[in-house]
Amino acid sequence: MQIIRVDSLVKKFGAITAVDGISFEVEENTIFGFLGPNGAGKTTTISILCTLLAPTAGTAYLNGHNCHSESAEVRRSIGIVFQDSSLDKDLTARENLLFHAYLYDVDKAERKKRVDEALAFAELSDRADNLIKTFSGGMKRRLEVARGLIHRPKVLFLDEPTLGLDPQSRSNLWEFITDLPKKHNVTIFMTTHYMEEAEVCDKIAIIDKGRIIASGTPQELKKIVGGDVIYLKTTDNKKAAGQIRELFGVEASEKDGEIFISVLKGEACIPDIIREIGERVLSVRMQRPTLNDVFLKLTGKEIREEYASAGDDIKEAVRSYRRRHDRG
Amino acid sequence: MIEANAVYVIVAREFKKFVRERSRLVSTIARPLVWLFLVGGGMSRLVPTGRGVSYMQFIFPGILGMTILFSSIFSSISIIWDKEFGFMKEILVAPISRFSVVIGKAMSGMLLSTIQSVIILAFFPLLGLRIGPLEIIGIVFVCAVLAFALSSFGIVLASFYESYESFSVIMNFIVMPMFFLSGAMYPVKVMPPVLQYCTKVNPLTFGIDALKHLIFPLEKGPMSPDFPFVIDLLVIVAASVFFVTIGGKAFERKG
Ligand SMILES: Nc1ncnc2c1ncn2[C@@H]1O[C@H](COP(=O)(O)OP(=O)(O)OP(=O)(O)O)[C@@H](O)[C@H]1O
Ligand SMILES: [Mg+2]
Repeated sequence: MQIIRVDSLVKKFGAITAVDGISFEVEENTIFGFLGPNGAGKTTTISILCTLLAPTAGTAYLNGHNCHSESAEVRRSIGIVFQDSSLDKDLTARENLLFHAYLYDVDKAERKKRVDEALAFAELSDRADNLIKTFSGGMKRRLEVARGLIHRPKVLFLDEPTLGLDPQSRSNLWEFITDLPKKHNVTIFMTTHYMEEAEVCDKIAIIDKGRIIASGTPQELKKIVGGDVIYLKTTDNKKAAGQIRELFGVEASEKDGEIFISVLKGEACIPDIIREIGERVLSVRMQRPTLNDVFLKLTGKEIREEYASAGDDIKEAVRSYRRRHDRG
Repeated sequence: MIEANAVYVIVAREFKKFVRERSRLVSTIARPLVWLFLVGGGMSRLVPTGRGVSYMQFIFPGILGMTILFSSIFSSISIIWDKEFGFMKEILVAPISRFSVVIGKAMSGMLLSTIQSVIILAFFPLLGLRIGPLEIIGIVFVCAVLAFALSSFGIVLASFYESYESFSVIMNFIVMPMFFLSGAMYPVKVMPPVLQYCTKVNPLTFGIDALKHLIFPLEKGPMSPDFPFVIDLLVIVAASVFFVTIGGKAFERKG
């Protein structure tokens, strides 16, 4: 079943067109990823799906309900982890979760159990009664994901869930997220501008300047840039390259003491190549295309991660400055 | 539609944070006491009030009103903080009506302000006032209604402002004038006509006037209440309904 259906969605903020006529569908209980650089329109699309923004044109349906006109039903079906933390820092972890349980009208008999479950799930049972102020970025993110699941939503939105985390906590969080569809019967809709992260998705849409420029499984997208590249070193590269071209009918050329061969399914070809060619193979390695290559090919530019995180650092710095000067 | 669980938990959150933040309680209690004893005490010697209430006794209802005004507006302005720190989004995507959010916020302000005004009220014996138990119940009731009205008014303000730069604007250009034009420090009837007009569009005036009726019902002359008690009650109830409705509407907007 298609749990999300978006058709020709447009959102304008005055002269800025943040979302420019996008259409896509998301299959139930899969992980769907929105991949794109800063300002691509990822958060804006999520805000429309979450009923926080009204679309300028087009339609969005979630779990069979219109995201604009049936917001109450849609809201009951979704959980969200926003790009910026939405925990109350002056409350404890448990209090934040309880607040959520009341807000979503979780059954009285169930409330405490679900909160305890969520704490265990976020691996924060021992910190349950500490104020959020004292939590690390990774702890807060895990808690937010667990909170988003308390009311058993059909779709969980994760807007850049790993932003600002160190690589270690990032990969921990990913393990935690990739298990969700099976464990909780939930569809994940996530956004990211990290290429490696998008690889865990069942389906990806690449978005740039408010438009979807490509979509499909990670495998399908990688085919856009061609297949894998095998690098081979043999006792006589020139001769071997000729044999490979002849035997397999694929492109093989020699460069810097290595033969490189473009093939669709590298891992299946390597044994054949090694077996068939007359020369002795000294070394072999293979490189898969990355989504970065895809993005580069489609847009002619890289998704710049350094730039993105620098922007967020500045935002955070401005906020904490304001916090210090206006509250105290 | 109002969701009881949501209203409850919004109020519970504010209450918990209020209890936890002792320093806030100290400062909100200290301000009215400073006004009462330093300003009121000092002025009592300058303002001869004859055989009626002393000046310090006269401003006591106004000081209660001040307590409610500041704590109600402060409580509602926390909506701006919630927006800025992202917590408001957690509330806004929940399957509850915007009106429940507004009611929850207004009731939070009502609860916290009433608690603070009751603490100030407890000082009445020190001022040489005699207030009977029935009147005390009446005072708490009036304080609660006034607090609801002013908290709702604060919600309307908060919905127009997005950042906390606006906090000082609200304090200096709205809250302080409201306080001085409320009959708290001087009776409305002795003010110039223009200012009298201003006090009459200020709901705080009528809340304080109702308190004057309950705190010194026998007072005659210039220090006596300015309006009939029934009018006072009607105005603050009407203001509550008016502002909470506007607040609900203002919250309903969606980008
Ligand atoms: N409330 C708003 N008012 C005006 N413009 C907005 C608003 N929200 C977003 N935009 C603009 O819409 C465009 C898309 O923004 P959006 O936040 O959706 O990008 P994003 O893909 O989430 O980027 P990021 O990776 O930085 O989070 C940007 O040009 C942004 O400036
Ligand atoms: Mg974003």
